[in-house]
Amino acid sequence: MSEPFALLLTLLVLLTAGWIVTVRERRAAVFGFIAYGLLLALVWIRLAAVDVALTEAAIGGGATGVLLLRVSARLGSIRGMSAPPGLATRWIAGVLCAGVSLALMALVLALPDPAPSLAAAAMEPIGRTGLGNPVTAVLLAYRALDTFLEIIVLLLALIGVWSLGADRFWGGEPAAWRTGPPSPALVFLARVLPPFGIVIAGYLFWIGADEPGGKFQASTILAAMWLLAMMAGLAPPPRTGARGLRAALVAGPLVFLAIGFAGLWWADGFLAYPDAFAKPLIILIEAALAVSIVAALALMVAGPAERLPRR
Amino acid sequence: MSLLADLFTILAVSAGVFFFFAGTVGLLRFPDTLTRLHALTKADNLGLGLVVLGLLPQLGSVLAGLKLVFIWVLVQIASAGASQLLAGLAKRQPEETREEAP
Amino acid sequence: MTPLVSAATLFGLCASGMVGIGLYGLIVLPDALRKLLAFNILGSGVFILFGVIGRRGAAAGLDGDPVPQAIVITGIVVAFSATALAATLLLKISDAENEPEDGGKDEP
Repeated sequence: MSEPFALLLTLLVLLTAGWIVTVRERRAAVFGFIAYGLLLALVWIRLAAVDVALTEAAIGGGATGVLLLRVSARLGSIRGMSAPPGLATRWIAGVLCAGVSLALMALVLALPDPAPSLAAAAMEPIGRTGLGNPVTAVLLAYRALDTFLEIIVLLLALIGVWSLGADRFWGGEPAAWRTGPPSPALVFLARVLPPFGIVIAGYLFWIGADEPGGKFQASTILAAMWLLAMMAGLAPPPRTGARGLRAALVAGPLVFLAIGFAGLWWADGFLAYPDAFAKPLIILIEAALAVSIVAALALMVAGPAERLPRR
Repeated sequence: MSLLADLFTILAVSAGVFFFFAGTVGLLRFPDTLTRLHALTKADNLGLGLVVLGLLPQLGSVLAGLKLVFIWVLVQIASAGASQLLAGLAKRQPEETREEAP
Repeated sequence: MTPLVSAATLFGLCASGMVGIGLYGLIVLPDALRKLLAFNILGSGVFILFGVIGRRGAAAGLDGDPVPQAIVITGIVVAFSATALAATLLLKISDAENEPEDGGKDEP
């Protein structure tokens, strides 16, 4: 079962990638990219990485897709970053890139056969964390520092997005999607889907401790539901200067940091958890992180403030 | 019993795949957005329904079956809503979407 | 060679191809948004390559090495942040370029 399907999937992924790069229209390329994200999710499932597949489908296909659709709809004609290349340049670039691909392929074929693996090292102390999903254990216990820095990157990117708005709108609302009365179909979707979305997100969040799932996937679904309600005009976009919003954004990093420093005296060091409380602490961190990730993802897709703050 | 279940699965999933195929042919061959949408939504919803139905006897638990049916319902809602939106868009800007028939 | 290993290798070859296609698009496409898409294709190729190496590291009763998987999840989120920032920057550039009413003003 695996071989023909893997071959088919490989061909589809490469064809879609080639199409995205060569198709004439900008918007068609964006649609292609959404399909490409979903195909990649299938590849991740075939690679037995279901956690990554969920993340790729939600963020790579979904969130990036909505973001790029919004941007490509708004984007006027901009000057090319470089002149359209001549035939000779394209040939040289093609040959060089093919060379890069071939070199990587040679490396893939030459990978050492008893492959080096940290799986055993990741499984051995997992009992101490109280978790059943090794990926969650890596994200929140063994390599918690990476996850902490990641949420910081998320916040920095959001600050960057906000800073690109006009000065006079600072603290105002993102103006995305309010170009006219929303279509009834959109309003219907925005009324029907969020209850499902909230249940599914809660399920993914909870099951992430033991099975594939977790805060990123759950947060992306919640952010999508929020964006849907914003697009349909059922929920006004939040003021980017609102206290509550700012608090939600920093809740995750603050809780993470507080528990991390507490580890200095109640466990072995920064970001270490005492064995007896490892799982409750991890769930607490994940819950706080989820709040921040929902807010950051939704607002990054919505874009910088483009309307004056309401008085 | 298990042979019967397998046979049912093979039949239902094959029928589902056939409808997906028909829907995709429609997407590629039909002349404009509305007819393409019609082909896609009709055939794909039925196709997915048949695939889900076919997979049901292969599952170990009722809960897993419910999850599959739930996924089908969600896809129904989402695809109905999305195709409404696309159709509305196509109606508002008919010039752009009209293409030469193959 | 068991079938599963060669499926992973196949995806490794696929990922190598994706890196090449993304790099080509990044160099050749003049449109900035398309460059952004191409860059994302390049990045996803690197992620899949990472995943293939993780899949080959299946051990200790797991189907894959969880460490690369966790790092790739982090990577996907960071890639999204970078894409959002870059896309917003593009909008800003386009607004700035289209602000003067006469379109030919940026011609020297």
